[in-house]
Amino acid sequence: MAKANMNPKKNPMPTQDALLRAHNFDEVALGYDEATAIDEALRCLNCKNMPCVSGCPVNIHIPEFIERIKEGDFEGAYQIIAKSSTLPAVCGRVCPQETQCEAKCVRGIKGEPVGIGRLERFVADWHNMHSDVAPECLPNNGHKVAVVGSGPSGLTCAGDLAKAGYSVTVYEALHTAGGVLVYGIPEFRLPKAIVQKEVDTLKAMGVEIVTNVVIGKTLTVDELFDMGYEAVFIGSGAGLPNFMGIPGEALCGVYSANEYLTRSNLMKAYLDSPETPIMKGGKVAVVGGGNVAMDAARTALRLGAEKVYIVYRRSMDELPARREEVEHAEEEGIEFRLLCNPVEILGYNNPDDRSDPKNGFVTGMKCIRMELGEPDERGRRRPVAIPDSEFTLDVDTVIMSIGTSPNPLIKSTTEGLEVNRWGGIIVTEDGATTKAGVYAGGDAVTGAATVISAMGAGKIAAKAIDEYLRK
Amino acid sequence: MYKIVSKKILNPTVVMMDIDAPLVAKKAEAGQFIILRVDSEGERIPLTVAGYDREAGTVKIIFQIVGATTEKLSHKNEGEYIEDFAGPLGLPTHLEGLNNVCIVGGGVGCAIALPVAQALKAKGAKVTSIIGFRSRDLVILEEEFGAASDEVIVMTDDGSYGRQGNVCVPLNEMFASGREFDKVITIGPLIMMKFVVEATRPTGIPCDVSMNPIMIDGTGMCGGCRLTLNIDGKRVTKFACVDGPDFDGYQVDFDEAMLRGAAYRDFERHSYESTCNLFKKEVK
Repeated sequence: MAKANMNPKKNPMPTQDALLRAHNFDEVALGYDEATAIDEALRCLNCKNMPCVSGCPVNIHIPEFIERIKEGDFEGAYQIIAKSSTLPAVCGRVCPQETQCEAKCVRGIKGEPVGIGRLERFVADWHNMHSDVAPECLPNNGHKVAVVGSGPSGLTCAGDLAKAGYSVTVYEALHTAGGVLVYGIPEFRLPKAIVQKEVDTLKAMGVEIVTNVVIGKTLTVDELFDMGYEAVFIGSGAGLPNFMGIPGEALCGVYSANEYLTRSNLMKAYLDSPETPIMKGGKVAVVGGGNVAMDAARTALRLGAEKVYIVYRRSMDELPARREEVEHAEEEGIEFRLLCNPVEILGYNNPDDRSDPKNGFVTGMKCIRMELGEPDERGRRRPVAIPDSEFTLDVDTVIMSIGTSPNPLIKSTTEGLEVNRWGGIIVTEDGATTKAGVYAGGDAVTGAATVISAMGAGKIAAKAIDEYLRK
Repeated sequence: MYKIVSKKILNPTVVMMDIDAPLVAKKAEAGQFIILRVDSEGERIPLTVAGYDREAGTVKIIFQIVGATTEKLSHKNEGEYIEDFAGPLGLPTHLEGLNNVCIVGGGVGCAIALPVAQALKAKGAKVTSIIGFRSRDLVILEEEFGAASDEVIVMTDDGSYGRQGNVCVPLNEMFASGREFDKVITIGPLIMMKFVVEATRPTGIPCDVSMNPIMIDGTGMCGGCRLTLNIDGKRVTKFACVDGPDFDGYQVDFDEAMLRGAAYRDFERHSYESTCNLFKKEVK
């Protein structure tokens, strides 16, 4: 085997040129080639205590799969990842590795950590290009489990249960499977063909996916039990978007990030002649600092906006988005207006002509400058408004990306399912809800979080459901 | 895929279809809606349930051809299929405790008002229906309203059928003569519902309206269908897809809803015209 690579820096990720990619929806990061992957793998010291594994929400056997890459056994590497993760091609792209596995990497102490995420992506893409072998499943055990929602937690739970021999049906409310991976995360960050490939893999494992069924409406959780399912996993996602409660949020041109991204991603409004409209061009302000805000801002740019602002009330240090997304956004020309908070959205109003077609459309957003005060209970410094510091940002579109509140549909139709103060489903450590045989995970439990934490919850629940049904 | 079991042209711009959707038919109640896509590239549009047959497993939809999607849907024939059909969504119309109700429907809104009238009639309530249309050739469902109501008043804007005038004319007459109702339920264009609410307000009779804002997912995810209610002097955001589509008419900010409804007017007009041109070419 080749000698360890002691370069303190990661092999850089090849990307599309920033100025070019700001105007197309093709994937930004292009992925390692085989030689680069092996070179990067050789940076791994194969530590005996494997600190990286403890940083992974689904505990992928990281040094083990990297060893296989060093040997050039890419399919072998994939099979090791597949033991722990149902969606490696997705995670390699969207996980915040810098705060998870890579944060624990010993190489990160005196340099950059091993590019674990980039290697995971390489291995998954290699497998998808070269192999059609579905992960192995145990023989069918005759037990039926229903999964509500086909986002990351639902797909993971379904995949693990199928591997363990269960007959699994996934119920999806929308017309396409994938949940937030399809309606939320844009094509340039996660190509839809990759999600489809992962969904097809599940189908090849025998998982049935039923679209257009809204659990809580079309069927209730209790009816699923009547239909013969012995356990139910709820991974219905986060739900209704939050708004700030400031004047002007109902103006035309104010979107929630969910609506904006759904129009562009799921409904393909970014194509040339879409059937679903979206407001394109002009100046756009995105309010919020998470990954969703970055996705919305970069989508707006690609749809033809002349200027896109991120408006965030804290500073760059507190910005919760994945570092790589922030860097990509900056490179593409998105302007960060930090320590700013909107106080009012301004709209056009012609008092002399009620039928003026411009009436009711956004013309600007009034903001106030902020400074950081004392830390709050979570240790984050609280932003405080600076008196008399208001200014107006000249914009035509405002996208609110300040989180979501749980969807009430399942809670309101499922007796015995308890939720907490803000509407998240209450679960034990292993994902069990207050209703027997019903498990839950992902954003429906935690509120808006990451793809990988939802997958982790789906995995834990699958194990718990297996134990529950064995009793 | 969901089969079109039957199709009937109700007037030059309004079409009725029964769609094979057993799971939806089993649950649907008056006041709820469905979301459909005509084909795999189509947009998602909400349509309020106009009826259902639980035994046959069919859901009735009645729609007006107002844009590209409804134009495309109107070209689908009996025996053909539509891509997606999900529901029932939203909360059913609240009918409990109502013994004497005035239903005010306008245009294609009458299609949605009908199942409400039928449900009330079935539970023994007294139903007075006022249905309004622009002109004689647009009148729909008169017979069905007759069967579901104790009294039906048909209004046309141009007087070509029934009485001449808008739906508020007979409503105001009834209020002036001291007629009492437990509730007024109105379904139709926003501007009509706004006037019905204002006509009813001085009487203090509760007045519910059925909102039909722009929606994408319809399941409580996108927030596109939000509207503002004025509750005890406070402005409160609600979502038609999970909190509605029925709301207390006295609380709804109609002016805002009308502005929001026009957000994509230019796009929709353009898209409608190009779809029509496409069909015209096919015919040639």
